Amino acid sequence: MKKLLVIILLNFLLFNKSYALIEVDITRGNLDPLPIAVSPLHVDIKSENYTDIKVKELGENISEIIEKNFKGTGLFNPLKKEAFVQKPDIAHLKPRFEDWRLIKAQALVSGKLLIKDGKLKVEFRLWDLAAAKEMTALAFTTTPSNWRRVAHIISDKIYERLTGEEGYFDTRIIYVAESGPKSQRVKKLAIMDQDGAKTKYLTLGNELVLTPRFNPTNQMVTYMSYFRNMPRVYLLDIETGTQEVVGNFPGMTFAPRFSPDGKKIVMSFAKDGNSDIFTMNLETRVVEKITNHSSIDTSPSFSPDGKFIAFNSDRSGLQQIYVMRSDGSGVKRITFGNGIYGTPVWSPRGDLIAFTKMRKGKFYIGVMRTDGTGERLLTENFYQEAPSWSPNGRVIVFYRETKAGLKGEGFSAKLWSIDITGYNERQLKTETDASDPSWSSLLTK
Amino acid sequence: MIRSLIYSLTFHSAMILITILSLPFMLREPIDLPPIVSVELIQISDKTNIPYAPKARKIIEETKKKEEERLVSEQAPPSAKAKEKPDRIPLPNEKKEEKKIVKKKQNPEEVKPEIRQSSEFEKKEIVDTNQIAALIDKAKEEEAINQKKTDKITQSNQKNSFATGLTLSEEDALRAQIFGCWSVPLGLPYNEDLLVRIKLNLKKDGTISKSEILDHQRMNRPGQKFYKVLAESALRAVRLCQPLKVPPTGYDKWKEIQLNFNPTEMLKG
Repeated sequence: MKKLLVIILLNFLLFNKSYALIEVDITRGNLDPLPIAVSPLHVDIKSENYTDIKVKELGENISEIIEKNFKGTGLFNPLKKEAFVQKPDIAHLKPRFEDWRLIKAQALVSGKLLIKDGKLKVEFRLWDLAAAKEMTALAFTTTPSNWRRVAHIISDKIYERLTGEEGYFDTRIIYVAESGPKSQRVKKLAIMDQDGAKTKYLTLGNELVLTPRFNPTNQMVTYMSYFRNMPRVYLLDIETGTQEVVGNFPGMTFAPRFSPDGKKIVMSFAKDGNSDIFTMNLETRVVEKITNHSSIDTSPSFSPDGKFIAFNSDRSGLQQIYVMRSDGSGVKRITFGNGIYGTPVWSPRGDLIAFTKMRKGKFYIGVMRTDGTGERLLTENFYQEAPSWSPNGRVIVFYRETKAGLKGEGFSAKLWSIDITGYNERQLKTETDASDPSWSSLLTK
Repeated sequence: MIRSLIYSLTFHSAMILITILSLPFMLREPIDLPPIVSVELIQISDKTNIPYAPKARKIIEETKKKEEERLVSEQAPPSAKAKEKPDRIPLPNEKKEEKKIVKKKQNPEEVKPEIRQSSEFEKKEIVDTNQIAALIDKAKEEEAINQKKTDKITQSNQKNSFATGLTLSEEDALRAQIFGCWSVPLGLPYNEDLLVRIKLNLKKDGTISKSEILDHQRMNRPGQKFYKVLAESALRAVRLCQPLKVPPTGYDKWKEIQLNFNPTEMLKG
């Protein structure tokens, strides 16, 4: 017992002699893009040739796509390849961290690829250069023609590992491709990868098309078409190319959008100068009237949990945004600012609603909380609208038109994207003029 | 006839009433003119030759002397202090005055007595005076407590300079160094707890011998992916910053150090 007391006493004495731990609060850092080195993938010498693919350049091409994706986010700064000290054939084994740290890289992507028996096998590793350890490593096997998608999937995995958020690179954007003079515009449905590659036209351009939207599985598209001069909502299967009219409405239907489970389409139906919101169940074909008001209710958009619908209505005089339960009850106005509000789109995260605002002849794309508070206008221009969310709710794509001259000269419409922070505004490359974009969800989860 | 007379009378009496009531107000008060003083303008030379009156001269000379004395005393070291008996206990009022002078000497930004110490020696001295002051003046003690409660910055700085041995400038240097190295991940949620605590064991040259994330378990919890990313970014910052800017002395005090990374304010701003 005495011994124990002595030990305790000694402990106390020793404890008193030691110093208290120094604590330093770090509340700031830099927001500069993270310097990242993407080493070209090493091509295995055993690789076979494959039709239409230059195997030797494939490693370089994949790394270029990854770099381009990263650069586009504004969060990463891919370093120039000329500065790389280590060659890809060694880097993919275990990098010499000092060499990479020397060029101020904080993360390194390395990997290798092999084409064998008609299959492409790609391995990649992400290295934390400061800690000198591997952060993630994955391998994919696919048909060689899918190499672009492999590059996007790798980008997604790295993005997720470094930011903590899902990526948005392995996605597509559907839009209306426009060509011809302003008075005789030809509008076709087009689909492309989010980086602008692999554009495919889905309609011939004989009739006017508007507002295409993906379903949650990215297989179907709903859009509005003026087929035989009758504006109606259509459904298109991208794989098979089959089209059908949605519902048998005795008038004009427009502004369609899928429900989050993909089972319903919500849209507007206009008759006698009044338009209300309807849903149609795609399995049972049951049509339901959601709003019943003498005003113009349109642009419905489901919340990601499917419980609410945001829409715009002029029931208070000027067009404003409203939110209601998905059965049409509990309608609540959420915008009260100066100007006209429209095209509400619920974020895939569920925390924000993107919208278009018009005030004093200017168009703004903005976001606000789902109760209408915290409005932030991200970008202002002569004419821009139709925001659509990236699947991780971080980026918004929209289209912007330039002012045309008296004879329609100088007119153009392009797709643009912007971060919800209001930074990193950039134009997306499209083959033709483009409008009404809609971002798909991730193609592989 | 009578009726018209009555009309005329009432009308006239009304008019008279109105004039009686309103006219006095229209009267202006007579201007009170001061009596006229005649002034004769005469030419005078630049300097008068008229001698001072004997009394006035005395007064002027005295004031001049006093002024000279004052100037001398300002330049010379404080003579009043030297005259004081060394063993005399200072009165509270005097103590306050002395402290004020000390304050002026310090950096004007660092007003609080707790913060402004920059070396160990100075610290001891001021702690003593504080204690004496607090003993003498109870109100001062209360004020000090209030200050502690209200001013968080003072508190944390005090904590660092008193309890740990890193002075403000040393701490600032370290902080500024890490600010530069830390790339804050931008995909962080705004409404979550974003505090990452990292404990470091340092070598004498400021390089890291061991680093440990204190809430390590949280990194692998579901839904806390962002936390892992944040913790890794903080760890990366520390490693990139090596060797850390540590003071040349007092290794025992800073061989273990804890860094609290919290980007909440930055993301909100």
